[in-house]
Amino acid sequence: MTATIIQLAYLFAAALFLLALRSLGQPSTARRGMQMAAFGMLIAVCATLLDQRIVSYEWLAVGVIAGGIVGYPMGMWVPMTAMPQRIAFSHAFGALAATLVGVGEYLHGLHEHTLTHGQTLALGFEVFLGSLTVTGSLMAFGKLQELLPGAPITFRGQNVSNLLLFSAGVVCLVWLVVSPYSVPFFIAIAAVGLLVGILIVLPIGGADMPVVVSLLNSYAGLAAVATGFALDNNILIVVGALDGASGFILSMAMSKAMNRSFTNILFGAFGAETGGGAVEAGGTGGEMVAISADDAALRLAFARRVIIVPGYGLAVAQAQHQVRELVDLMEKRGVDVRFAIHPVAGRMPGHMNVLLAEAGVSYDKLVDMEDINERFADADVALVVGANDVVNPAARTNRSSPIYGMPILNVQDARSIIVLKRGRGKGFSGVENDLFVSPKTNMLFGDAKQSIMQLGAEVKLA
Amino acid sequence: MTSTAVIQLFVFLLAGFVGFQTISRIPPLLHTPLMAATNAISGISLVAALVLAGADQSLLSTVLGTVAAGCATANVVGGFLITDRMLAMFKPAKVERDGAHNQ
Repeated sequence: MTATIIQLAYLFAAALFLLALRSLGQPSTARRGMQMAAFGMLIAVCATLLDQRIVSYEWLAVGVIAGGIVGYPMGMWVPMTAMPQRIAFSHAFGALAATLVGVGEYLHGLHEHTLTHGQTLALGFEVFLGSLTVTGSLMAFGKLQELLPGAPITFRGQNVSNLLLFSAGVVCLVWLVVSPYSVPFFIAIAAVGLLVGILIVLPIGGADMPVVVSLLNSYAGLAAVATGFALDNNILIVVGALDGASGFILSMAMSKAMNRSFTNILFGAFGAETGGGAVEAGGTGGEMVAISADDAALRLAFARRVIIVPGYGLAVAQAQHQVRELVDLMEKRGVDVRFAIHPVAGRMPGHMNVLLAEAGVSYDKLVDMEDINERFADADVALVVGANDVVNPAARTNRSSPIYGMPILNVQDARSIIVLKRGRGKGFSGVENDLFVSPKTNMLFGDAKQSIMQLGAEVKLA
Repeated sequence: MTSTAVIQLFVFLLAGFVGFQTISRIPPLLHTPLMAATNAISGISLVAALVLAGADQSLLSTVLGTVAAGCATANVVGGFLITDRMLAMFKPAKVERDGAHNQ
């Protein structure tokens, strides 16, 4: 009877989780849906407490209270700019929970002599993927938080040694399935997983982190699926599958937006390729034309339609609020302002949207790449703030360019273009940008925050 | 292969398919909240951790279970809170910001 109640509670929770994901399809319903999901979680946890296998409540209470104390600041105090590392960190937490449960279940089976081949397969998978995700996520966290050097760390034969290590893990797994009671192999799987997690994130540069974080999301989900298989717990399978699907979709979207193939990502070898040195693009070799802040402001103030293209430089300069103030001033004058959001603007999928929403920009003004690209031709001014590769027309026109084929924002179609840039240097990929030397383009050099504040002050006077 | 394993595979397949369909429709606008949300939901491994922590099998199992329960709870609490905080920031244009701004 109790078992049925628990299962029904899980079913209810799973339904609410699915509805919550569905409600995330629109910003207007999203919040409500997630609150329902939180309610579902509460139901599932309360029902679990009825489980007859639980005989003492002291330790689980300790765990839950400690988790709550750690979780609250992770939810309420982390700034939105730190979102990517915050997510990476909690992937590590989730994976650690899955791994420890796997180890605990293995010990239990070992003790009671109840291990089957199937269960061992699931537990082995769980511990391998789980431990890999723990260290991988911690590495990603370290790089994003700049505790570790952000540049890719590579050495000769890296891919070969990684593959060998990975195969060693798989061999251990197979061995363990054949003879479930060989404890050293179980430990070896966990150890190899921990090592692989470190090694696959090592060669990946800071700018490629959105893909890594999404991919680790997927791995954490698969570890949860394996837990569900091992414990015969359907809600873990359902949630793990959702998590895995979400991570997979996001990694696909990111890899497409960053112009990398998916196999490239799966083997984690991508960081190494980008550093290919400066590549001469097009060879049009024009000069960048600088503009003063008051001239730029006049153009913005008397435009009808302006599209702002925010890049990571905007977030680095912490200039979101200044941008919103500038937009408010322009809108007061009747200028129609939109933001063009490239999928990889920011350090994780959708990061720029959150940063601008936090600054008070309404979501109707945040337009995705596919929807805004045809509207650049109607724009009087495109204002590029700290973006480079995502607006480089070479991605469309120059076959020899390393970023050829990458989806870009069609900024070059706008009637005129103002680019805010810190200096005359190249972007992180070292690729020349023809947009900056186009006759339609004027450059406003300087710190993004300062420049935008100047523009705001001048627009006010205009 | 046992019949339980087959049922589990069915559940996995169907959940994966539904998840893929549902999540494909989420606009890039909400991809960061999506990630935070799946993170929070994946804290459901808490239910397994609770059983492990409370089952009194051995000291080691209890310790593992307690740590796992702590990690999972941190994800649940932190994940749902931060998702809610983020989603609260996404506002449509019609909402009056400070009242004074709109003509």
